[in-house]
Amino acid sequence: MTLLTLENMKTDIGQYSVLHDVSFSVPEGGVFVLLGRNGAGKTTTLRSIMGLWKPSPGSVRFRGDDITDLHTADIARKGIAYVPENMGIFGTLSVAENLILATAKGQFDQNRLDRVQVLFPALKTFWTKQAWSLSGGQKQMLAVARAIIEPRALILIDEPTKGLAPSIVAAMAEAFSEIAETTTILLVEQNFSFARQIGRDMAVIEDGRIVHTGSMADFVADKALQSRLLSLSA
Amino acid sequence: MQARQTYGAIGIKAAVLLIGGLLLFAPFLFQDVRALEVAARICVFIVLVASYDLLIGYTGIVSFAHTMFFGFGAYGAAILLRLMGPGWDAVILGGLLGVVASLIVATAVGLLSLRVKAIFFAMITLATASVVLVLASQLSQFTGGEDGITYRVPDLFKPATKLLLDDNGKVVKWFGVSLNGKIAAYYFVFFTSLALFIAMLKVVAAPLGTVLKAIRENEARAEAIGYRVVAYRTFVFCLSAAVASLAGTVYAVWLKYTGPDTVLSFAIMIDILLMVVIGGMGTMWGAVIGTVLMVLAQYYLRDLMGAASEAVSSLPLLPDLLNPDRWLLWLGLIFILLVYFFPRGITGTLMQKGSRQ
Repeated sequence: MTLLTLENMKTDIGQYSVLHDVSFSVPEGGVFVLLGRNGAGKTTTLRSIMGLWKPSPGSVRFRGDDITDLHTADIARKGIAYVPENMGIFGTLSVAENLILATAKGQFDQNRLDRVQVLFPALKTFWTKQAWSLSGGQKQMLAVARAIIEPRALILIDEPTKGLAPSIVAAMAEAFSEIAETTTILLVEQNFSFARQIGRDMAVIEDGRIVHTGSMADFVADKALQSRLLSLSA
Repeated sequence: MQARQTYGAIGIKAAVLLIGGLLLFAPFLFQDVRALEVAARICVFIVLVASYDLLIGYTGIVSFAHTMFFGFGAYGAAILLRLMGPGWDAVILGGLLGVVASLIVATAVGLLSLRVKAIFFAMITLATASVVLVLASQLSQFTGGEDGITYRVPDLFKPATKLLLDDNGKVVKWFGVSLNGKIAAYYFVFFTSLALFIAMLKVVAAPLGTVLKAIRENEARAEAIGYRVVAYRTFVFCLSAAVASLAGTVYAVWLKYTGPDTVLSFAIMIDILLMVVIGGMGTMWGAVIGTVLMVLAQYYLRDLMGAASEAVSSLPLLPDLLNPDRWLLWLGLIFILLVYFFPRGITGTLMQKGSRQ
């Protein structure tokens, strides 16, 4: 079943046209990976889904509803969480405050809090610390934890492994796989070795256009395609 | 799981508690008219400055219209006390009218302008406040114009009112202070200010306070997790305006006079800004510290300099420098030093100090 559909999406930022014709569908469940080189339009795609930049023309449909013209806050309230590339945490707030912000009623559901603390035990240690004082990996954990502290249908995650140590990346892969059992993830990545571990479906974006969609297993098997689209050595 | 407080934070809270105690017993501790005026002004301005800190410190909204809302509350009570006579009905109705006027103007300004960049919003509030100041001067049949309005307040607050009588029918004295209407008026100011301050403490301690701080830090991020930033900013602008208006009503009852210079002038707006900056933005305790220091300096720096000037009268140059007429120069210097040594305000800087492991 399709959860999110982008149709002929074109997004301009100022005088520059960044997305020319982006169309793909994200099925419910699992991790959908959007791969592409720097500047291909991956982040713009996520920001356009969130309404931070408005596509024109084109449409974004979530569970069949057109959300293209909705306000960002209303899109979030529909059950879409966004973890931006710079993690999007609030540095002057504590870890607890960052998490409580994302709760619907201003208080934690104990089961979900327990789940977050099992997935990311470091957050419990730094519970009352201001978020700016965390390491890069801990900030990323906090950003992802904030996305799952309430039940969501879809989480958009922008390059979560950027600048992180390999051990943290491995922990992230494990956490994402577990989260994807209950929540669909649309992951934007350049790190193909990370993406192939957890991705079920995928698309490749190049110069603001989707140039390939399919299953991750097929893409992993096709070395020539990888080499052509991502310049990976065959 | 609570964060361990720093020694600085404990010290600040102890200082605020001490100030609260001194203000509570001010009529008995400082038995002169001027001291009571200072204590009442401190009470009202703590509320006014704290409500402004909700805007600038907690939400990052720069407004120059805060005295306008203060003025709405003061003029509301003043006009009705003059029209209806010195009753509680006039105070309550006037206060409510002030709050309603503040909410209407704050909602209109907020919804129309909180979408624009901070500097444009600040300019819009400046223009709105200027219009209201001119109107207050021009509509003299209602506001008394430049001269303002003098009126009587409820009988309970008349100096001649005896709150407690002894067996001989004379007013009872506690610690040498007659329990008369002036004491009642002071405690009206103290307890209403205390109630408003505690209400604001509750607001910032609630999840709403966290949302406001998130909006201050990054509006787009706050929206991306589901918060309508313009709605929240308009709400806090209205809340802050309503509290400022109520503080104006209380001040009008205390002063028995309301005029443009006492409640609407831009000099008061600058005082509020200085109090917030000196005390520390984004913490309610900062409003207390900043207000106390600023009001004490405004009332007593001149006296202190007079005494210092006399003490060094035999020396060259110094008596001239310490001449009481130069008090504003010294106030400016003190302000520069405070900003230099306490870049996040006294409270903001000290609360980070002395972390406990």
